[in-house]
Amino acid sequence: MAAIASKARPETALDADRVRKDFPILERTINGRPLVYLDSAASSQRPLAVLRAIEDYETHSHANVHRGVHALSQAATEAFEGARERVRRFINARSSREIIFVRGTTEGINLVAQSYARPRLKAGDEILITALEHHANIVPWQMVCEQTGATLKVAPIDRRGELLYDEFLKLLSPRTRIVAVAHVSNALGTVLPVKRIIDAAHAQGAVVLVDGAQAIPHSSVDVRALGCDFYTFSSHKIYGPTGIGVLYGREELLAAMPPWQGGGDMILTVSFEKTTYNELPWKFEAGTPNISGAVGLAAAMDYVEGLGVEAIAAHEQRLLTLATAELQRIPGIQIIGTAPHKAAVLSFTMEGVHPHDLGTILDTEGIAVRTGHHCAMPVMTFFGIPATARASFGVYNTERDVASLVAGLQKVREVFG
Amino acid sequence: MDLKELYRDVILDHNKRPRNFGRLDPSDAHADGHNPLCGDRLSVFVRMDGERVEDVRFEGKGCAISTASASLMTEAVKGKDKAVIGALFHKVHSLLTQQDAVPGAELGKLAALSGVREFPARVKCASLCWHTLNAALDKGASTVSTE
Repeated sequence: MAAIASKARPETALDADRVRKDFPILERTINGRPLVYLDSAASSQRPLAVLRAIEDYETHSHANVHRGVHALSQAATEAFEGARERVRRFINARSSREIIFVRGTTEGINLVAQSYARPRLKAGDEILITALEHHANIVPWQMVCEQTGATLKVAPIDRRGELLYDEFLKLLSPRTRIVAVAHVSNALGTVLPVKRIIDAAHAQGAVVLVDGAQAIPHSSVDVRALGCDFYTFSSHKIYGPTGIGVLYGREELLAAMPPWQGGGDMILTVSFEKTTYNELPWKFEAGTPNISGAVGLAAAMDYVEGLGVEAIAAHEQRLLTLATAELQRIPGIQIIGTAPHKAAVLSFTMEGVHPHDLGTILDTEGIAVRTGHHCAMPVMTFFGIPATARASFGVYNTERDVASLVAGLQKVREVFG
Repeated sequence: MDLKELYRDVILDHNKRPRNFGRLDPSDAHADGHNPLCGDRLSVFVRMDGERVEDVRFEGKGCAISTASASLMTEAVKGKDKAVIGALFHKVHSLLTQQDAVPGAELGKLAALSGVREFPARVKCASLCWHTLNAALDKGASTVSTE
């Protein structure tokens, strides 16, 4: 509703100063300075609404789910399954049977790799990814290739960090069984043309997994409009708690897949001769799940929709545009990832200063940025650099944060001369 | 945390103009060091005269702390016996990790690294070169890792 309303009123600007009051951690100081948090792409902070939802559940409603006839077990089950329905609405899946709770994006990809890909693939088959993937969307496929004899193909990017779509198309063939792509690059911010990728892959009969870890906080994701087969993301990138995430899969695919892990909750009957597996989605949720995590994620989605996904995206884009322009004016700064269509992720290097030193100096100013290879070593290799510094923007960042970053970078210059 | 304690003039100077930088040819042994956390890589080359390090050089890419530490290390160990170098490494390690360590005179310019201990995330940057040198002297593992 909120997203639709904000679409109808695109001029409605987000009031970041009011939003900041929802995030208690932003009141703290680091090294005697007010915290300037520019690392939401690694993990976002949580608003009070999420913290309170978790506390409320733990204080008043906790028991194990799907287990007991007693009141608390029913309350916990309602909270957990209610969260599943909340997620379904957020990404517009057809059915809550298509929403599997996992630990995070990494587990979602591994589940598909091991349960969908491994039993089906054989020598001669191909898995196609892109050159800007996070390690979590590389390594699980390399493991499947080792296990099945299939081959991993990698579609190249250009110097701006954009997928070379024509090269991608050339690599796509009837041998391609799975296409696995990031919706948004975590290291570069590039937004990939996933709809075109999905349509092209389907035309060749391939199944498509989209790694949505970096897209989910910045855009409204509609899995049915995209037409993807699998979509996976983590709660902690969208202002929810860590340790929980979501794998969306089309029901007919999930139904045909074997369970990934065995245990309680994923079965209907067990004897020593034969076990019958539970229905979707519980078939893929062995063991007691992260109940309060699911509750927190649902609260985070309420929070995000309350502000308006489009309003958040517009706010972050303003900050990205401002920060890009400001950083380009600082001598020696090179922005890594200059695709025209980017999410609020700004990777850069400073001539003569290693990103690690830059990160330490910014930290003494209370400014948190990520430095390193961002779990995307092949991207660093492509650009011929060991690491970058990365500032990423969330709903609570303001123009003041950009100004602090610029001042911090001037301090780095002073130290290194 | 005092930035000036970490980035002392000696550190900045050795970062900008690392001493004994480049391959050593011929060499008796070399080892590669890698800090997967930040992507720092360096190689240490040694030429031995019995138990004595006759010459030592390093090359690689890293942050200011890792580059300066390697540069200072090469100056400190050149011409010294393996046993002396082992004792020196022990002292450097204490300097990097123990709050109350007082740098003794035997550390010389290496004492400039004492500010690192205020920045726990950076200790591995400073110690990578020493682990790599040890590997070269042992001629054992050809790649060492800080992890």
